[in-house]
Amino acid sequence: MNDLQFLTWVRGGGLDIAVGIFLLGVLWRLFEIYSLGRKPDLSAPRHASGASGWHTIFRRSIPPPGMLKRSPVSYIGGGIFHIGLAVIVFLFVPHILLITNLTGLSWPGLPSQFVDLVAVVTMAAMVVVLVDRIKNPVKRFLSTFEDWFTWAVTFLPVLTGWLAVQHLLLPYTMMLALHILSVEILLVVLPFTKLFHAFTLFGSRWYNGRVNGHKGVPV
Amino acid sequence: MSATLEKGIRVLKEVIDAPIASYFNSCVHCGICAEACLFYTETGDPQYTPIHKLEPLRRVYEQEYTLLGRLKKMVGLSRAVTDDELGEWQELVYNSCTLCGRCSAVCPVGNDIVYMVRKFREGMSASGHAPEGIKGAVNRTITVGSPMNVKLPAVQAQMKHVEEDYGIPIPLDAEGAEYMVMLSSMEIMNFPEYLAAVAKIMHQAGKSWTLCSTAFEATNAGIQIGNSDLARVIVSRIVEGAEKLKVKTVISPECGHAYTALRWEGANLIGRPFTFEVKHIIEVLGEFQQQGLLKTKGFETDRLTFHDPCQLVRRGGVIQQPRTLLNMVAKNFVEMPDAGYMNWCCSGGGGASAIEEGEELRLQAFRKKKSQFDAVKPDRVVTACANCRIVLEESLEHYQMDLPVIGLTEMIAEHIPDQAPHAATKS
Repeated sequence: MNDLQFLTWVRGGGLDIAVGIFLLGVLWRLFEIYSLGRKPDLSAPRHASGASGWHTIFRRSIPPPGMLKRSPVSYIGGGIFHIGLAVIVFLFVPHILLITNLTGLSWPGLPSQFVDLVAVVTMAAMVVVLVDRIKNPVKRFLSTFEDWFTWAVTFLPVLTGWLAVQHLLLPYTMMLALHILSVEILLVVLPFTKLFHAFTLFGSRWYNGRVNGHKGVPV
Repeated sequence: MSATLEKGIRVLKEVIDAPIASYFNSCVHCGICAEACLFYTETGDPQYTPIHKLEPLRRVYEQEYTLLGRLKKMVGLSRAVTDDELGEWQELVYNSCTLCGRCSAVCPVGNDIVYMVRKFREGMSASGHAPEGIKGAVNRTITVGSPMNVKLPAVQAQMKHVEEDYGIPIPLDAEGAEYMVMLSSMEIMNFPEYLAAVAKIMHQAGKSWTLCSTAFEATNAGIQIGNSDLARVIVSRIVEGAEKLKVKTVISPECGHAYTALRWEGANLIGRPFTFEVKHIIEVLGEFQQQGLLKTKGFETDRLTFHDPCQLVRRGGVIQQPRTLLNMVAKNFVEMPDAGYMNWCCSGGGGASAIEEGEELRLQAFRKKKSQFDAVKPDRVVTACANCRIVLEESLEHYQMDLPVIGLTEMIAEHIPDQAPHAATKS
């Protein structure tokens, strides 16, 4: 299989398999989690402004009072790489074109040079949070194979994408194929690892906000 | 597998619900919950990271409720939860967790970690891994009616004292009263001024109230140990008492867990909504103040600060009232750093203060509270939970700090003029 054949496969059959596993995996996992349900709360509710599931979904994106100082690397590093990933995935013109081809949806993107800079900053932030995971005693204590693995699986698409755009290290065709392959690995792995927080985070924040909102506490 | 372990695992399987599944799937091991937990911040020991305290529960979840986990279990790739392991976890689930809920307030993915600890305790208790100290408190509450062996005659003796000292009658079993006042053993034994304070306040407000001879104890160690069956027995006594006396409102005393047990868990424990309202005494005072039924005279002039009981404030939603009330009677009220919603626990909530072997760790964790006090250097500390109060007093003594701790209700009552014009306050 030469570079072009490899690229053709990852763009065709490979992508189909990955997207299929991703979609079925996400649906299954969401069902597996949320079909467990919960008992209704029979205590009389107390109402307070800002105390609801929806409020908490948004509010938790911002560090609570006093926490930024206690965990700056997690908040700043984590914040930067999450925003960076979102910008790269959804606002890089070739990515938008791909989504348009698949779904027909389209929106304006950002200049390529800007996304390039975002990719570098994102990778830097990811390296910082990785070093923090190694050095911070709590994070190191909590970390399992999955934490290192999911870091790598998230980092590789950014790295290979950036290298492909820069025409570095390997011929463009090969690097682009590797980039797409790395994204496919990410898609396959996502529903079955902690990366699934990309979906459950909304449910978790909502439950927390709802359960405590019932008590009139905006959490 | 021993019979108790089997029972414990079965209970754990029963308590796992969609929120818990969502929470475990959302955790990214960021460790931020550790920074919110006084047992970690004061020891620097990562094993006290709140989410780690739930590791056995997480494994039961994974092995029982996920497809991949079940497959792993089938081919022998996962480790079953053992008795020894749950035994090891006792320190993490009880001694080093006061159910303060700070972790739930900071988790960036939104995990309500304390919700899970409360549920995990159900399995720990069922498998026989709850600490002896809390077991004793629960047994005494079930058999005698009080965690501190307080019986009705002790309450009646106190009623008599108050009636003699203040000339205010203390109603017992008065049917149709608006309020049924609950007490905690701690108040009956150590802080008798609480009952006098309530009597003065009710007298001034012109409200009808009563104590109940079959339900005067509000505390519920069943909640702390994590045994819903026993918690239900304890809470049912109060429900029966309140319904028998046909009261409109049951007043939880200055006790954090009594409030949580009655206000938030009670109806769920008995499986139906209450026919009466439940309010913490501080909420009632807040209402009296708003309705103009609470009139105070004079001010405290020394430097006062307020220790927020976790179950009243962060876990209970009564945040503003204590401040409004304190400002009614204090000229020099200062807030500690992180006061209010993000306040730090006294280090002895959630049953922790009943665990003898946890005392050393608890005193170490208290250094967080101490640093809050050191930051504002108050002359006295006011709080609204008898358990916080006794834990603060004991810990302050350990650190040789001369800092009196007082109850808010009692302080308010001290500013109620004697012989208040009773009739004038009736509307």
